[in-house]
Amino acid sequence: MKSREALGGYLADRGWMRRVLDQTYANMNDLAVSGYPFPIDDEGQSYRRSLQGPEYMKLMRKRVKKAGVRILDHSPALELLVDAHGVGGASGIRSATGETWTVKAGAVILASGGCAFLSKALGCNVLTGDGYLLAAEAGASLSGMEFSNAYAISPVFSTVTKTAFYTWATFYYEDGTVIEGAGSQKGRSVIARTLQTQPVYARLDRTTEEMRRWMRAAQPNFFLSFDRQGIDPFTQLFPVTMRLEGTVRGTGGIHLIDESCATGVPGLYAAGDAATRQFICGGFTGGGSHNAAWAMSTGYWAGEAAAAYAVSLGSRRNERELTGAGVEASVSALVSTGEIQERIAAVKREVEPFDINLFRTETTLAQSLGRLHSLWRNVRNAAAMNAADAVKLREVQAMTATARWMYSSALARRETRGMHKRLDYPGTDASQHYRLLTGGLDEVWVKPESGVLSSVEVRQS
Amino acid sequence: MIEVVSSSRCISCGQCVSVCPTRVFDESPSGMPVIARQDDCQTCFMCELYCPVDALYVSPHDHPVNVPGELELAQSGLLGSYREQVGWGRGRSPGAANDKSYLMFRAMQKTPGH
Repeated sequence: MKSREALGGYLADRGWMRRVLDQTYANMNDLAVSGYPFPIDDEGQSYRRSLQGPEYMKLMRKRVKKAGVRILDHSPALELLVDAHGVGGASGIRSATGETWTVKAGAVILASGGCAFLSKALGCNVLTGDGYLLAAEAGASLSGMEFSNAYAISPVFSTVTKTAFYTWATFYYEDGTVIEGAGSQKGRSVIARTLQTQPVYARLDRTTEEMRRWMRAAQPNFFLSFDRQGIDPFTQLFPVTMRLEGTVRGTGGIHLIDESCATGVPGLYAAGDAATRQFICGGFTGGGSHNAAWAMSTGYWAGEAAAAYAVSLGSRRNERELTGAGVEASVSALVSTGEIQERIAAVKREVEPFDINLFRTETTLAQSLGRLHSLWRNVRNAAAMNAADAVKLREVQAMTATARWMYSSALARRETRGMHKRLDYPGTDASQHYRLLTGGLDEVWVKPESGVLSSVEVRQS
Repeated sequence: MIEVVSSSRCISCGQCVSVCPTRVFDESPSGMPVIARQDDCQTCFMCELYCPVDALYVSPHDHPVNVPGELELAQSGLLGSYREQVGWGRGRSPGAANDKSYLMFRAMQKTPGH
């Protein structure tokens, strides 16, 4: 815990860290009982500290179905349903048919992941910040949104963004000379700087023969792209790039007010990457085991608390008059498929460039935020012409809103802390040792988590 | 990106249509999946993993490319290679049971900076 606290700029909390470790330990043992095929290590013990995604997903889906849950695939939620007492359901669309669906519920848990801005990082294109927008529309806050500039190393010819093995990589210029200071954990900025002007190559040449044998069995999908390109990553140089993973491997998300994963809006809870991970990671990446532990722990707690809340409503929950919490703006323009694609490209132009999002300054952030505010005014009142476009339009709205919360928070934090690097404030400032909250739709607000820590309040519109 | 649906291998089970997170496939009237929205493919390889007859090929690139024909893919062992490595399919045992991540974490602890 101690080593991670410094990396995260001392914004994590040991109480949360301990609880997540304990809950994860219990859940992993529970998975073994449910039939997850954990490996036996070289000491003959069942090794329960790692999960392979496809196997885990298959098992959890089976368990959910066995519990009697009806799963609506390909059916994104477009808005929450609310009344004066809080959230009481959600509605959305069935992509294949265009039909709408409505679910009335005692409580709602947002587990929609973070936002990676359609960068095609492995499995991330379904993560467009939709849950953040749903939460904000219902009046919830976000926190840690300045920690939203995680970029993962991947081969140029691949979407696979698993970065663990780059621990043992050397990075090279095109002529084969070593890029000094480049590395996966500490030297990623050096790679980004080099990529701005020329290609960067990598080779996993700090591996032993023995390591090369077990690597394939540890992460089979890491090698998939190499096999299909006919490249041996241990002996041949291959070109790499850095893909934006935004808040997915950043730590920002929906703010939680307590250990039940409550958002502060009655009946609304958040879990996994949809929620802020600052409590266990501070401002340093939650990628890998931290996010996984957080997902299974908060999922457990949010489920427990949401169920208890729903029960506490009693028969009242059937008498609620619910309405949509969506932006409900008057529609000013119908937009075509092509126009939606243009707006997606416009958001990506603001969040993908290293010069805006990774190496941050007052000037570049403020200029970008200005463009994002006008994009928001444009997309918030737009309407799509069919169901498929309605989902994409909603994604653009969520990504635009997310980018505005990110850069508003990044402007308010006038220092460098965790992954948030300000070129104009390269040092960490002890007087800014607080978490930042943000939210708002047409008018974005940012304020320190606790009023006693600072009186600074930044308003932007 | 998804590049190949082999009509000679496909059994029209619909698994790829339903498992794709970004709804890239449509089911044609015959039941065969068609790549309806290739641009939406996020190259996550899930369709390939769930295909029971190794009828799909996902190229590692995030944009469309020319890929070898079905015969060549099959002969080079690439059709179904991911499913084989993960240990899914009849007569195979899950690769997760052979997960060597513990060796990776052990090695990481010995590596400076971790």
